[in-house]
Amino acid sequence: MKNIKLLWNHMDGNRLIYLGAIVSVGLAALFTMLGPLVIRVTIDSIIGGQPVTAPFPILKFIEGYDFQQFRSALWVPGLMLISITILRGLFMFLRGKLSAQASESIAKNLRDRLYDHLQHLPYSYHKKADTGDLIQRCTSDVDTIRRFLGAQLVEVGNAVFMITLATYIMVSLDLRMTLISLTVVPFIFAFAVVFFWKVKKAFQETDEAEAEMTTVLQENLTGVRVVRAFANQAYEIDKFEEKNSTYRKQVYHLVWLLACYWGASDFLALGQIAAVVAFGTYFTAQGTLSIGTLVVYTSYIGMLLWPVRQMGRILTDMGKALVAVERIQQILDEPAEILEENHLKPEIKGQITFENVYFGYEPENPVLRGISFSVKPGQTVAILGQTGSGKSSLIHLLARLYDYQAGSIKIDGIELKSIDKKWIRKHIGVVPQEPFLFAKTIRDNITLARSDASDEEVFQAAKEAAIHDVILKFEKGYDTLVGERGVSVSGGQRQRIAIARALITQSPILIFDDSLSAVDTETELAIRDALRSRTRQATTFIISHRITTLMHADLILVLQDGQIVQSGTHAELSTQSGLYKRIWELQSAQVLQAIE
Amino acid sequence: MKVKQMHDLFEEPQQEKIDLKLWREILKFAKPFKRELLTLIAFVIGVALIDAIFPYMSKIAIDRFVVPQTTSGLGWFAAAFAVIVTAQALNVYAFIMTAGKVESGISYEIRKAGFARLQELSLSFYDKKAVGWLMARMTSDINRLGEIISWGCVDLFWGAASMVTYLAVMFSLNWQLALVSMTVVPVLVVISLAFQKRILREHRLVRRINSRITGAYNEGISGATTTKIMSREEENLKEFAELTGSMRASAIRAAVYSSLFMPIVLVLGSIGTSLALWYGGSGVMREAISYGVLVAFISYTIQFFEPVREMARVLAELQAAHASAERVISLVLTEPEIKDSPEVVAKYGNSLNPDRSLWPPIKGDITFENVSFAYNPEEPVLTNFNLEVKAGETIALVGETGAGKSTVVNLACRFYEPTEGRILIDGIDYRTMPLLWLHSNLGYVLQSPHLFSGTIIENIRYGRPNASDEEVIEAAKLVNAHQFIMKLEKGYQTEVGEGGGLLSTGEKQLISFARAVLADPRIFVLDEATSSIDTETELLIQEAIRTVLQGRTSFVIAHRLSTIRSADRILVIRDGAIQEQGTHEELMDARGYYYRLYTNQFVEENQEKLLGA
Repeated sequence: MKNIKLLWNHMDGNRLIYLGAIVSVGLAALFTMLGPLVIRVTIDSIIGGQPVTAPFPILKFIEGYDFQQFRSALWVPGLMLISITILRGLFMFLRGKLSAQASESIAKNLRDRLYDHLQHLPYSYHKKADTGDLIQRCTSDVDTIRRFLGAQLVEVGNAVFMITLATYIMVSLDLRMTLISLTVVPFIFAFAVVFFWKVKKAFQETDEAEAEMTTVLQENLTGVRVVRAFANQAYEIDKFEEKNSTYRKQVYHLVWLLACYWGASDFLALGQIAAVVAFGTYFTAQGTLSIGTLVVYTSYIGMLLWPVRQMGRILTDMGKALVAVERIQQILDEPAEILEENHLKPEIKGQITFENVYFGYEPENPVLRGISFSVKPGQTVAILGQTGSGKSSLIHLLARLYDYQAGSIKIDGIELKSIDKKWIRKHIGVVPQEPFLFAKTIRDNITLARSDASDEEVFQAAKEAAIHDVILKFEKGYDTLVGERGVSVSGGQRQRIAIARALITQSPILIFDDSLSAVDTETELAIRDALRSRTRQATTFIISHRITTLMHADLILVLQDGQIVQSGTHAELSTQSGLYKRIWELQSAQVLQAIE
Repeated sequence: MKVKQMHDLFEEPQQEKIDLKLWREILKFAKPFKRELLTLIAFVIGVALIDAIFPYMSKIAIDRFVVPQTTSGLGWFAAAFAVIVTAQALNVYAFIMTAGKVESGISYEIRKAGFARLQELSLSFYDKKAVGWLMARMTSDINRLGEIISWGCVDLFWGAASMVTYLAVMFSLNWQLALVSMTVVPVLVVISLAFQKRILREHRLVRRINSRITGAYNEGISGATTTKIMSREEENLKEFAELTGSMRASAIRAAVYSSLFMPIVLVLGSIGTSLALWYGGSGVMREAISYGVLVAFISYTIQFFEPVREMARVLAELQAAHASAERVISLVLTEPEIKDSPEVVAKYGNSLNPDRSLWPPIKGDITFENVSFAYNPEEPVLTNFNLEVKAGETIALVGETGAGKSTVVNLACRFYEPTEGRILIDGIDYRTMPLLWLHSNLGYVLQSPHLFSGTIIENIRYGRPNASDEEVIEAAKLVNAHQFIMKLEKGYQTEVGEGGGLLSTGEKQLISFARAVLADPRIFVLDEATSSIDTETELLIQEAIRTVLQGRTSFVIAHRLSTIRSADRILVIRDGAIQEQGTHEELMDARGYYYRLYTNQFVEENQEKLLGA
């Protein structure tokens, strides 16, 4: 019930159009039912000369009419038939168009809403999110709802209208024949529903078999070098063969079920038709049924059986739509991050003070414990620490991807929590370790945060990130597409594009989260030189394992288990015993030996 | 799931021509199913024939019983009807089964052939084709092919048989009435073809936009953090809404075409029926035509449009399937650039299961003789490259990205072959030996380790599928992987997830070393990973590397000073040539390019010290 209400809400703004579609369904069904009646009148009353009986009270007035006059003008009923079909066609067209309009608009709104909601969900959500599952919800679940509204519900409406109208007309024509015509219908209906309910599992198993097969295929393709290096092609072929034949068997099994269904259901349906023809003939031969009425019954039974048989499949499918609504709602119910909280938007110069800051992803399990330090605008802070020591958390706090639980972080003397999230993010340039590039051109990727940047600015940033020359070597230069359909970009190039992207924002605070790791030593040197001339303007945070990257910093912090265990300059730390010295020796001892 | 979306990205614009040669190739795959296909056609024609009997039964009923007002023999009539109904139900069951058998069978065969071909294709092929592209060929394209061959066959034969039978019955009942009521058919055929084509095209467009939407979601989710940091939420939504807007427009257009098509067909049909009613009705009144014939004609004119519509649909789909067929067949027919020559196959047997007993064991001497190589002809990577490596020697390759380090390794591994010159293994030109001879003596550890879904033990065992559990554990111990594995709840039975996603990079690396050690290759290649691993794990890995390199001919694309220094010989590669080579000490003494590379960090450090920064 809750889900139906949710669906109703999603339909907001399109309900009238949808109503129009449903009305069209009814009218189309009505005109569909009228066709055989015209044939009946033609056969019985015009050709046969019997008096007319009207199936609808509204049509009673035709009963006294003399249809014999059309004997020499059979084109009149013919034209009548065509006009009725044109009207039927018109409403069928409206039904298709309106239901598509409504369902596609509803789907579009849902897609947009989901997309926007997803990008406003907090970092903590995305960190845990299963991308594949989310995408599936945003695409197939939305599609399920679209199909439900655009086709299935309309189809069910059609069947209901048809059966109601047909029953009404049939009863008014001949009760015996009506009973005979409709006996099998409930059975076919029940059979269809039960069958498709039962085979749901088979469909699912087939999907799973296919998924397993594609996984083997995909891993084989992505790991092609490993396969070749171990000369395991024959082994791989066997592995694939197993999945491939399982899938084949599953498909075959499914087809068998469907064959049984359609065979049995055809038997029932055709048997129903045979019964109508046989009994109808009997009554007609006895003179208790007119030929025209017999034609009406045979036509109607033909029209009714198909929608009824389809119904089984549609009804079992419809259950999915309500599940889909719920799965989508789960995403929409996740609390979004409020970006513009009417908070302060101070000028940011880059003076940063941490005072006894505590933070944990689960508060009872802090990853940062009592962090205190202070940086002046334009200074560089380097952070060294083992994986999991809290380095990245510290960066996350600065960009307000998370909020600290205790202590205070002040930017230019203002408490960070009281500064607008969007505002602070606009003033921080972050280069993550594994930067994400969008499937756009390189230029678009660099100007992501500053779409108004001029070519000179783009080139300047790219030069500082030591990527300008590389980009120019691509066939399309800055207009080269990145990603699967464009060029593949190496890890190092990716990092450098991300650096350019951060530099172009001219942010007063820059953060490099181990973002030179995939760049070779010479290039790193060039980038560091370029950065050094810049750091005069921006407060810079550098996280790295390479001492040579860290050593120029004004302040080096060594993090261990969420605490600052050492701090100072390279000169100080390289003589103090501790993690910094240990690592520095690890990395430089051999160099020294070699040189001396 | 991810996979599925990926193919959609590689749905390609389709072309319109039908190429007979291509279909001949496809029919080769259908050949094993010749009998099934023939039975299928027989069943389908049976269905069409019986379909045509139903209106005829009405005619008999009216002319035989209704008009003469008699019920004698009605029992037989009903019995005959029951037999026909049963026969039709069985027919339907049988043709669905047969079509299913053909569909699943042909897809299976093509997929099998495709996969086997993918195992043979050279890495140069993989460099050019994205995985998503290949996946789309192997899944959706093959499915579509299987479908069109089986169900397309059903629809085509059913349609043709129905039309022929209806026409035959109608003309034999009353040819004038048949001519009159069939006048609309040519119009119907033309309209159907035009509409089906347009509907199909529009649907394809919708599918393409849909895959772009999927891509956009993927990007939006994977890039969520970037979006936040860059404060790009509004621009992103704007771009996305444009995409969904065009999706809506296109989907509605497709729906409008479809919902316009049906009414037009119906109206045309009603014209046919009206003509039958008008002309036939007058005939009845003149008593030239029986009631039964008139009723049968009305049914036939209504039923006749169904096969026409189906045929139009299948013909339109055939064009779409043609594009799939082309892509699938071109994949299956792609010749591997590197493969065993006929002479080699004659001597050592089939390339996947060669006779290993004929192979000489590999010692590990590798010689490059005047080797030239280019990935594409305009850009030579190596020219006249010479190198001699003795068995057991460790060679470190250093140089800038793109200098040619990976190329040297790729050639040595015979992932590529020289365009000029030759490469000798133990003095034998490797082109005269089966690929597997070298490859089964090769160990390879990549910068980004690739694991297969399954357990840890399965992944290590990948190095030598017949290794015992003890041997696997032994290998893990050798490379320091044992400790961390034992710390996991399920130990060696831990699932690593798709692509090893449940393990950290360092852990994956250690497992890939264990895998390589288990294979016990004579020649070993290490594309050394750069940082992103914490120092402690880094030490474990350094140790593992030392163990692995012991006593093997090895190439190391080195980034770490310690690895470089411990190599027997260092090759400094620059612009596709060996700029300098020698031991670390020799190269340092030479004060060349290597010296500069190597001392960069050192000098930096010293300067800072001297300047007291």
